[in-house]
Amino acid sequence: MSLTDANGASAPAIAVRDLVKTFGEVRAVRGVNFEVAVGEVFGFLGPNGAGKTTTINMLCTLAKPTSGAASVAGHDVVSERDDVRRNIGLVFQDPTLDGYLTAAQNLKLHAELYGVQSDLVQPRMQQVMEMVGLWDRKDSVVSTFSGGMRRRLEIARGLMHSPRVLFLDEPTIGLDPQTRRSIWDYIRELKEREEITIFMTTHYMDEAEWCDRIAIMDHGEIVALDSPEALKGGVGKDRVTIQTDDDEAAIAALARQFGIEAKVSEGAVAFGVPAGEEFVPRLFAEFELPIRSVSVSRPTLDDVFMSYTGSTIRDAEEDQSKHRNRVMMQMMSGGRR
Amino acid sequence: MSTTVEPATPGTTPPAHREVVRVSVPKRSLGSELRAIKIVWRRELIRFRADRIRIATSLVQPLLFLFVLGSGLQGLARAGTHGVALKTFIYPGILCIAVMFTAMFSAASIVWDREFGFLREMMVAPIRRSSIVIGKCLGGATVAGFQGVIVICLAGLVHVPYAPLLLLGIFGLQLLLAFSITAFGVMIAVRIKQMQSFMGVMQMIVMPMFFISGALFPVSGLPGWLAVLNRLDPLTYAVDPMRRLVFDHLTISPLARRALDPGVTWWGWHVPGLLEAGVIAALGLVMLSIAIWEFSATE
Repeated sequence: MSLTDANGASAPAIAVRDLVKTFGEVRAVRGVNFEVAVGEVFGFLGPNGAGKTTTINMLCTLAKPTSGAASVAGHDVVSERDDVRRNIGLVFQDPTLDGYLTAAQNLKLHAELYGVQSDLVQPRMQQVMEMVGLWDRKDSVVSTFSGGMRRRLEIARGLMHSPRVLFLDEPTIGLDPQTRRSIWDYIRELKEREEITIFMTTHYMDEAEWCDRIAIMDHGEIVALDSPEALKGGVGKDRVTIQTDDDEAAIAALARQFGIEAKVSEGAVAFGVPAGEEFVPRLFAEFELPIRSVSVSRPTLDDVFMSYTGSTIRDAEEDQSKHRNRVMMQMMSGGRR
Repeated sequence: MSTTVEPATPGTTPPAHREVVRVSVPKRSLGSELRAIKIVWRRELIRFRADRIRIATSLVQPLLFLFVLGSGLQGLARAGTHGVALKTFIYPGILCIAVMFTAMFSAASIVWDREFGFLREMMVAPIRRSSIVIGKCLGGATVAGFQGVIVICLAGLVHVPYAPLLLLGIFGLQLLLAFSITAFGVMIAVRIKQMQSFMGVMQMIVMPMFFISGALFPVSGLPGWLAVLNRLDPLTYAVDPMRRLVFDHLTISPLARRALDPGVTWWGWHVPGLLEAGVIAALGLVMLSIAIWEFSATE
C-alpha cells in the first residue's frame, strides 16, 4: 500500500488535533487526536453515542468544532470548507436519496451539484453502479429499492466525483449479514482500484477487523488506536466464559480463589487470563461452585474494547440506552422542558 | 426483498473495461453555481411530473371556489355585479390562489427534503447555499406557472376571451407571483423541521391572505380595518392588476367596471399595475434574500 499522495508527499489524508465539540453542557467529543494515512481504511469503533458521528460531521464540514483543528485531503475543515467538500464523498447513517427519482437521476444530480465534467458523468456512473451491482436497475425509481440496495446506491453516489477520502458513517447498520458482507466486498474492491482513503464508523466488531487501523472511542475520547492485530495482541489474555447457576457467587469465588476479576457479560461470567487452555483444568479441579459450561477464546476486538472501556460494546450500548431512558423519564416527570 | 447480486470477490478484477474513470471536481465558479441551480430546478420539475396526484389535488380547491362558490352565490350577488357573472369576477383571484397553493407546496419540499434526508445531500455539496434556494424558487415558480396555465385554459368557461395579450399578461403576473410566493414559503420552510407544522403554518397564512386580498370582493368601500389589512396583504397587489387585465378585455358597462374593478388605492391615489407588479417582485426579492440568509446560517 502506498502511503504517498499524488504529489509524492506523505501528507496525511486526515489530520485531527485536539478536536472538541460541545453541545451546551454535553461534551460529545473531548479532544481527540489522530492521523489517517493516504490509502488507509480507518475505522472508528464505539457504542452509539460515543461521539463517532459528531467527529465525522466535523470532518465533513457539517459541524463546526468547538475547539481544535482538523484537515481533510490537506484542507482545513473550517477555513477551507469548499476544498474539503470537493474532495470527500459521504455516505450517511440515515438515507439521503431522493426516492422520487431513479437511481441514475440521483447520481446525475450528484454529478451536477459537484460540477463533474459532463462527458465523464455517464462512464463514471456506469462504473460506480456496476461496482455495487445496480447498473441494471439504473432506471428504477429509488423508492422501489430495498434498504440494502439504497445503501449500495448511496455508496456509488458518494464515489461519483472520485473523492480522495470517503466517509462512511455506519454503512452497514440495519442490513442483513449477506448485504453487509457484499458491502464490505465493495469497500475492499474499491480500495484496490482507486486511490482512496476510507474513514468509517461502525459498532460491529467483526467489521472493524477489516480496517487497517481502528480507533476505539468511548465517551467522546479515543481510548486506543492501532491495527486490529496489534490491539488484540496487546490484550495478552484469553477470554474465558463460564456458565454457572449463581453468577454473583461465581464472581466472588473467582476473586477469592484465583484473584481474578470477572464480570457478567451477555448472560455469562467472563474474565481474561493468560493461557486460557491451561487455566481451564485448574478451574475445574479447584473451583468450589458447579460449572455448567466453559469456553475459551483468543482475544477479539470485543476483549480489546472491554479491556479499554471496562465493558463490552453491547453492554456499553445498553448502559447508554438505559441512561437515555432515565434522562427521558426525568424530563417527562419534570414536566415542562 | 433479497437481491441477486453476486458479491465481488476481493482480489479478482471485475469483468470488462476496467480502466477507472477518474473525474475531478472543479473549484467553485459562477458556471458551477449555475449548473447547481439548474439541477435543483430540474429536480423540482421531475418530481412534479412524477406526482400527478399533486397536480390534481392542488387544483381542487381553486376550482371549488371558482365553480361552486361562483355559481352558488350568483343569485345573491346578482344585484351588485351589474350583469357580470360572479365566476368572471372572481376568476382573477382564482388564478392567483391556484398559483399560490402550488408555490407553497413547492416550498414545502424543503421541509420534506429535510425530513427524508435529501437536504443533506445538497447541503454538503461544494456549492453556495444560495444556489439551492434560488434553484428551489425557480423550480417552484415554474411548477406553479404550469399549474396556472391549466387555470388560464379555463378562461372560456367563465366568459373571459382568449386574447393573446391578456393571456400573456396573466401568465407573466402568475410567474412573478409564483416566484415570490415560493420565496416566501422557502423563507418559512427553512425554519420548520416537520411537515405537519409547515402545513399548519401554511393554512394559517394562505387562507387569510386569500380572503383578505380581494380575490372574492371589490377592494373599494371596505370597512376601515379590512381596507387596512387589504392594503397590507401582498396578494392584493397580484389580484388587482390581474383583474384589471381581465376586465380590460371584457365588454361590460362602465358602471359595472367601476363597481367591480375599482383598483387599489393608497390614500386615494390609484396604484398603477406596473407598480403593483413591482411590489410583488420587490417583496419576492426581499424574501428570497431572507431565505438565503437563513439557509446559509444553518449548519
